[in-house]
Amino acid sequence: MTNVLVCIKRVPDSSGEVLLTDDKQGVDGRYVGFTVSNHESCAVELAVQIAEATGGTVTLLTVGPSEATEQLRDTLALGCHAAVLVEAEPTRLGPADVAREIAHVVREKEAADTTYDLILLGNDAADSGDFQVGIRMAHALGRPVVNGVSTVEVADGNLTARGDGPDGEETYSLPLPAVATVLEGGVEPRYPTLRGRMAAKKVEIETRTLSAEPVGASRVQLLLPPPAPSTVEVLGEGPEAAGAVADLFAKLGVTR
Amino acid sequence: MILVLIETENGAASEISLETLAFARSLAAEGGGIAIRAVVVGAVENRDALAAELATHGAAEVHHAVGEAFTSYSGAAWAAALQAIRESTRSVVVTAPGSPRGNEVLAHLAARLDVPMAANATAFHGLAPFVVTRQVVGGAALEEMKLDQRPAIFTVAGHSWAVSPVEGASPAAWVEVAPEVAEADLVARVVSTGTKEVDHSDSLKSAKVVVGAGRGAGGPEGFGAVAELAELLGGAVGVSRVVTSLGWRPHHEQVGQTGSRISPDLYIPCGISGAIQHWAGCASSKTILAVNTDPEAPMMTKANYAVVGDMHEVLPAIIEELRSRGVSG
Ligand SMILES: Cc1cc2nc3c(=O)[nH]c(=O)nc-3n(C[C@H](O)[C@H](O)[C@H](O)COP(=O)(O)OP(=O)(O)OC[C@H]3O[C@@H](n4cnc5c(N)ncnc54)[C@H](O)[C@@H]3O)c2cc1C
Repeated sequence: MTNVLVCIKRVPDSSGEVLLTDDKQGVDGRYVGFTVSNHESCAVELAVQIAEATGGTVTLLTVGPSEATEQLRDTLALGCHAAVLVEAEPTRLGPADVAREIAHVVREKEAADTTYDLILLGNDAADSGDFQVGIRMAHALGRPVVNGVSTVEVADGNLTARGDGPDGEETYSLPLPAVATVLEGGVEPRYPTLRGRMAAKKVEIETRTLSAEPVGASRVQLLLPPPAPSTVEVLGEGPEAAGAVADLFAKLGVTR
Repeated sequence: MILVLIETENGAASEISLETLAFARSLAAEGGGIAIRAVVVGAVENRDALAAELATHGAAEVHHAVGEAFTSYSGAAWAAALQAIRESTRSVVVTAPGSPRGNEVLAHLAARLDVPMAANATAFHGLAPFVVTRQVVGGAALEEMKLDQRPAIFTVAGHSWAVSPVEGASPAAWVEVAPEVAEADLVARVVSTGTKEVDHSDSLKSAKVVVGAGRGAGGPEGFGAVAELAELLGGAVGVSRVVTSLGWRPHHEQVGQTGSRISPDLYIPCGISGAIQHWAGCASSKTILAVNTDPEAPMMTKANYAVVGDMHEVLPAIIEELRSRGVSG
C-alpha cells in the first residue's frame, strides 16, 4: 500500500494571450481561466496508477487561494482520495514559502500517523517557472528527490524513476519515502468519470492557514515582452489564394 | 567572484554553458572586472582543450570536482561540490545554464544555503540592487526579480545571450578539487543511462523551408498535404506542441520553446495559433506565411503573409498550382 501526496497549483491557462494584473504582480486569469499545469496532471496520473496498483491512497495538496478548491475538486474526480488546501494569497508566496508549507503539512500528518511514501510534484509551475519547490521541500524534510522524471514505479519499498538525461534515458532507483518532480510526456492523464465527479463532490477539503509569514518571491514586477512589429499582407482567402502563394514562392526563390 | 557551472557535451562545453559564460562576463564587467571561475563536475575527456575553450569564453580558472561521488549524476552531490567550491572561492554570484541539470543543481544549492534563486534569467539591471529579468509563464511574460542575498543564485535562459569568445585569452588555471559528499546526497543518483535517441531534429533546424501544422491539421491523417508541400519545396515538417502531445507526430518535429528553434528562409505555419511558446521557436524565420481559418489568430497578425482559409483546402490548391507550374520537388 503506497500513500502518495501530489502537490498541484492553480495556474492561469497561458495558451492564449497573457495579460497582467494592474499591480503587475500576477497574471490576470479573468479572461483565460485557470487550470492545473500539464506536468502536474501527469504527476496525478502516475499517483493514481500507483495507488490503484498497491491499494494505496492519493492525497492532493495545494498552497493557494480559496478558488483553488476548483482545481482540487476537478483533480479529485480522477480517483484521488483526499485534498488539503493551505489558503494563501499567491502573490505573497515564493518557492521557499510553498516548499516550507508542504513540508509543514507532511510533518504534521506524520505526527498524526499518516505517512506519504511518495510525494510527487510538477517539475516546474507553468506560471512562475521556479524549478525549486520540490527540491526545497525535499531538503526541508531530509528526503531524497529526483527531478524531471516522466515515469515512476513503486515496488518493495523502492522507487524506480525514469526521465530524459543529456546522454539518454536515465534511471534512478531509491528507497521510499522519496520525492519526485514529474515532467509531462510519460503518461496520458485520464479524464474524470461521472462516478469520479460524484465521489469528488463528497470529499471534504481540509483547509489550513499558513504556518509562517511568507518571505515572498523577491518579485519587483511582471512585464510583457514587446510585441513584434508586423505588416501582414493577406494573399487571399481559401484555395483561390494558391496563385498568389505560388508567385510569392517564386519571388522568395524557394521554388526552382 | 562569479562561479559558473559548466555542462559538457562530447567533451566540450555545451552551447548554453557558453551563453551563460557570456552573461557572466557582462556581469563581471559591470562589477568592475570581477573574476570568473568555471566549475566542471565528474569525468573530463580532454582537460587541456576544455581549459582553453573555457578561457576563450572568459573563465580565469576551472575548478574540477573529482571523486567516486561524481561517476554518475546526482543533483544533490553536484550541489555539494558547488557549495564547497563557492565557499573556498568566496564567490558572491553562482550561475548555471537554464537547462534541466543547471536548474536542478542550483535549486539544490539555493535550498542548502537558504537563499532565493532566479531560474532562467535573460538580462540583469545594475548590481545594487541586483535585479535580473527572467522568463515566466513559459516565456509569455518576464519577471524582474531582486537578488539581494549572497550568493546571488540564478540560471541563464537558453538563447538569451550570444556566445562571444575573447581574442587572445590567457589559458585558464586548472584546479582539481575532491569535495566531500555525504551519503544522503548520493541516494538519488542515476543508476543507469540508456542509449541516446538519434537526434532527428537537425534537418528541421537547418531547413530553408519549413511547413508547419498544428491542431488545425485535425489528426494524424491531416498531414498528407503538409508533408507533400514540404517535399515539393525541399523543406521539413515542423509542428506545434499540441500535435506532439496528442501523438499525431514525433517530438523531434516540434517547433517552439520546448522544441526546436528554427530560422528558415520561409516558414509556413498552417492551423497553428501562434502561442508565445510556439512563436519563441519560429520568430527568427526570415519570412512567415500563415494559413489559418481565423484571421485574428496571433500567428496571422504576426506573419509577413497570410492566407485565410481551411488548410485542408488551401494546401492541396497550392500543391496543384505548383505542379501546374512544373515544380516537382
Ligand atoms: C511551458 C510551456 C511550453 C510550451 N512549449 C511549446 C512549444 O515548444 N511549441 C509549441 O508549439 N507549443 C508550446 N506550448 C503550447 C502552446 O502554449 C500552445 O498550446 C500550442 O502551441 C498551441 O498549438 P496549436 O497552435 O497547434 O493549437 P491551437 O492553439 O488549438 O490552435 C489551432 C489553430 O488552428 C486554426 N485552425 C483550426 N482548424 C483549422 C483548419 N482546418 N485550417 C486552418 N486553420 C485551422 C485555429 O484557428 C487555431 O488558430 C507550450 C506551453 C507551455 C505552458
